[in-house]
Amino acid sequence: MTRFWLLRILRTVLTLWFVVTFTFVVLRTSGDPVIALVGADATTEEVEQFRALWRLDDPLWIQYFRYIMQMATGQFGISYRDGREVFDIIAERIPWTLMLGVFAYIGAILIGVPAGIIAAIKRGSTFDNLIMATAVFGFALPNFFLGILLILLFSLSLQWLPSSGTGTIWHLVMPALTLATFTAGTLARFTRSAMLEVLDKLYIRAAAAKGVGYWKRIILHALPNASIPLVTIIGLNLGELIGGAIVVETVFAWPGIGRLLVTAVSSRDLAVVQGLVLVMAITMVLANLLVDLMYGLLDPRIRVKN
Amino acid sequence: MSNERLSIENLDVQLPTGADRTFAVEGLSLSVAKGEILCIVGESGSGKSLTALATMGLLPSNLGKPQGRVMFEGQDLLTIDDATRRSITGRRIAMIFQEPMAALNPIFRVGEQVAETFRIHTDLPRSDIRRKVIELFGEVNLPDPEQIYHSYPHQLSGGQCQRVMIATALALDPSVLIADEPTTALDVTTQAQILKLMLDLRAKHDTGIIFITHDFGVVAEIADRVAVMKMGKLIEIGPRDEILNHPREDYTRSLLAAVPTLARRQERKGLGNPVLLARNIVKTFTRAGGFGGTRTVKAVDNIDLTIRRGETLGLVGESGSGKSTLAQCVIRLVQPESGDITISGGDFSSLSGKALREARRKVQIVFQDPYTALDPRQKIGDAIAEGPMIHGLGKKASTARALDLLEACGLDRSAGDRFPHEFSGGQRQRICIARALAVEPELLIADESVSALDVSVQAQVLKLLADMQARLGFGILFITHDLRVASQICDNIAVMKGGRIVERGDPATLFGAPKENYTKELLAAVPGKSWRHHAEAATALDDIREDAP
Repeated sequence: MTRFWLLRILRTVLTLWFVVTFTFVVLRTSGDPVIALVGADATTEEVEQFRALWRLDDPLWIQYFRYIMQMATGQFGISYRDGREVFDIIAERIPWTLMLGVFAYIGAILIGVPAGIIAAIKRGSTFDNLIMATAVFGFALPNFFLGILLILLFSLSLQWLPSSGTGTIWHLVMPALTLATFTAGTLARFTRSAMLEVLDKLYIRAAAAKGVGYWKRIILHALPNASIPLVTIIGLNLGELIGGAIVVETVFAWPGIGRLLVTAVSSRDLAVVQGLVLVMAITMVLANLLVDLMYGLLDPRIRVKN
Repeated sequence: MSNERLSIENLDVQLPTGADRTFAVEGLSLSVAKGEILCIVGESGSGKSLTALATMGLLPSNLGKPQGRVMFEGQDLLTIDDATRRSITGRRIAMIFQEPMAALNPIFRVGEQVAETFRIHTDLPRSDIRRKVIELFGEVNLPDPEQIYHSYPHQLSGGQCQRVMIATALALDPSVLIADEPTTALDVTTQAQILKLMLDLRAKHDTGIIFITHDFGVVAEIADRVAVMKMGKLIEIGPRDEILNHPREDYTRSLLAAVPTLARRQERKGLGNPVLLARNIVKTFTRAGGFGGTRTVKAVDNIDLTIRRGETLGLVGESGSGKSTLAQCVIRLVQPESGDITISGGDFSSLSGKALREARRKVQIVFQDPYTALDPRQKIGDAIAEGPMIHGLGKKASTARALDLLEACGLDRSAGDRFPHEFSGGQRQRICIARALAVEPELLIADESVSALDVSVQAQVLKLLADMQARLGFGILFITHDLRVASQICDNIAVMKGGRIVERGDPATLFGAPKENYTKELLAAVPGKSWRHHAEAATALDDIREDAP
């Protein structure tokens, strides 16, 4: 057991190291950040001064070493743009993204999982076809496009909901809906196929032979078994929600980390970008760890192996 | 009949349109009395399982509503509403299934699963239920009932799982028990124990039992009456001894003729040089034990094997005895820790990479389950031709060889253009044999290759193996848990237990005068051994023997 967790932690550290190194390499090789920051019309003197100020004149490997040490000690550095701690900049944005994410996520599960279950037990019916068609529509429609459609309909034509920004609970509706649509569609599809597989199992028939009622068989016997593959998808989608937030936050001018990332990349604010990528990577890694834990809780066979 | 517990009258179960026939079950009438065991026998697809499912109201939804009447305690089970049905199933009529492992929900403790029956049908408090479940576990002879209560299905053996299922079925002392092939997936010794348990329980509770099986040996052990089904129809029904010894119908006679018995294959002369020489094979597995420790299991413990050209060596034993691991060591699908393997005079144990792949051509394997052994998206002609092509034969020549083999295995040459799902289980196993023979192996490993097949199909496949061996002269390592099958096809038999060969010899000596207790136990567990069946059976076996060299 201890060995298992030691291996897991080692793997997590390795993943994070890959991510930060990759970000560093890409950002340094894709153009001079100093030019982007001070502007193309700055004098050579200004450029050199700026470079020295942020110690961007050191050899690349020294910069890399310094950067890794900073990351390892939890210091994300200072924003080149406004001189504030990167940690503070990100920390003030995280609650917004979390709020949007949690709303969208719970909504997606509440819509997607029951829809998938109903599609599975009504397999081949009009219900099933309708749910699956909606699900495909949900995950085939690009986020930004759905967002714009919603703004056109609810803000411009009907004038029911605010088109962007924050302030009231109404501001949250459209971004959360946009973000949840994709996840709900994916979940519905996976729930359906996981349920169909389980419903065919002999132990479901054996439960009926014991006299277990229909809904009890579905909810108490089939669903816990079907949730094992489902947990993988839910975990992966947790990362997807943050990735999706980049687009949705930009469309709806939502002040979360997604929008921060877009502005930081376009202004080549290296420290902020690096910090954000690390935060996103940590979220993904934690989501995966959570999935592994859930497996063990759900399936006694996996528990024993560990 | 005043003692009648359940009667099926004129039962029809319709198949979906596009199936090979209209009715899965057609005009079936039969009944079971108090304390009676009625065996329903028939080949796969005969409708015996669907009859059971229709009675329980568990038919798959694509089959539509069954017609006719199933009378139980004054009610027609086919017309009652769902609530009434739920109050009857599990309480008054119970059912057990063929695959006990799959019939238990993998994520709940088995004790809880049995307790559920009580929770649904009674108002007993939790502590009483727990006590009753533990008592039931004792009654079905489960060791350490307290511990079993808290175990998950994967921690139990197949036999233990079936005992748990029987405990579930008996929980509320049902009037009728339907058992659908409950021992087919189990070892002979476990099967014998479960059959004895069923007889004991019948004696104690006077339960009416409908016992579905394809094995006449089992029928001979436990049936009071026998119903024979074919293609959904009842062929004949009558007392056990009448059906087994004086059947009226030809179909019953042909089924009986195909039943393997403990007959001894005649000694054959002129076997060639050794194709397989295995010396001192050892394979241990390390498993995680409790408290962070490890446990080592000697799956194969210092075993020697020799198979000559044209010889069939049988490897018999219960599951977990190491038969399959030994076979996998021989072809090095599993790497043995030590030992020397020589195949056709060439060293096999130290080969690696390309040399190993080339040498593997000489050894082919035919698996138990013909349904999963073929790629569903590959035409069977291509599947057979693939092997020779990998080993350097041209496409044209490979295809020609594939078609010749299909013909030799009793299939049409045009079958090469079809996909696996278009064939029956027996046909698929023939295809698997053709595929194995396509690379002209020196040694064929048959790992429970006929265990999943109906008796009549089993006899055909055994005959095919013997025929092809006579023509091509390869050696066979024949792994089986069925002593009757082993006795018919094998020249020599090795009995395995706990990774060791405890006894070996030719079938006549081994079965005539076994020395080891374990061999005696295995022989004693063979179902229906006391039943001497008649001339037709012997003739069918003679066919197999005559064709052998």
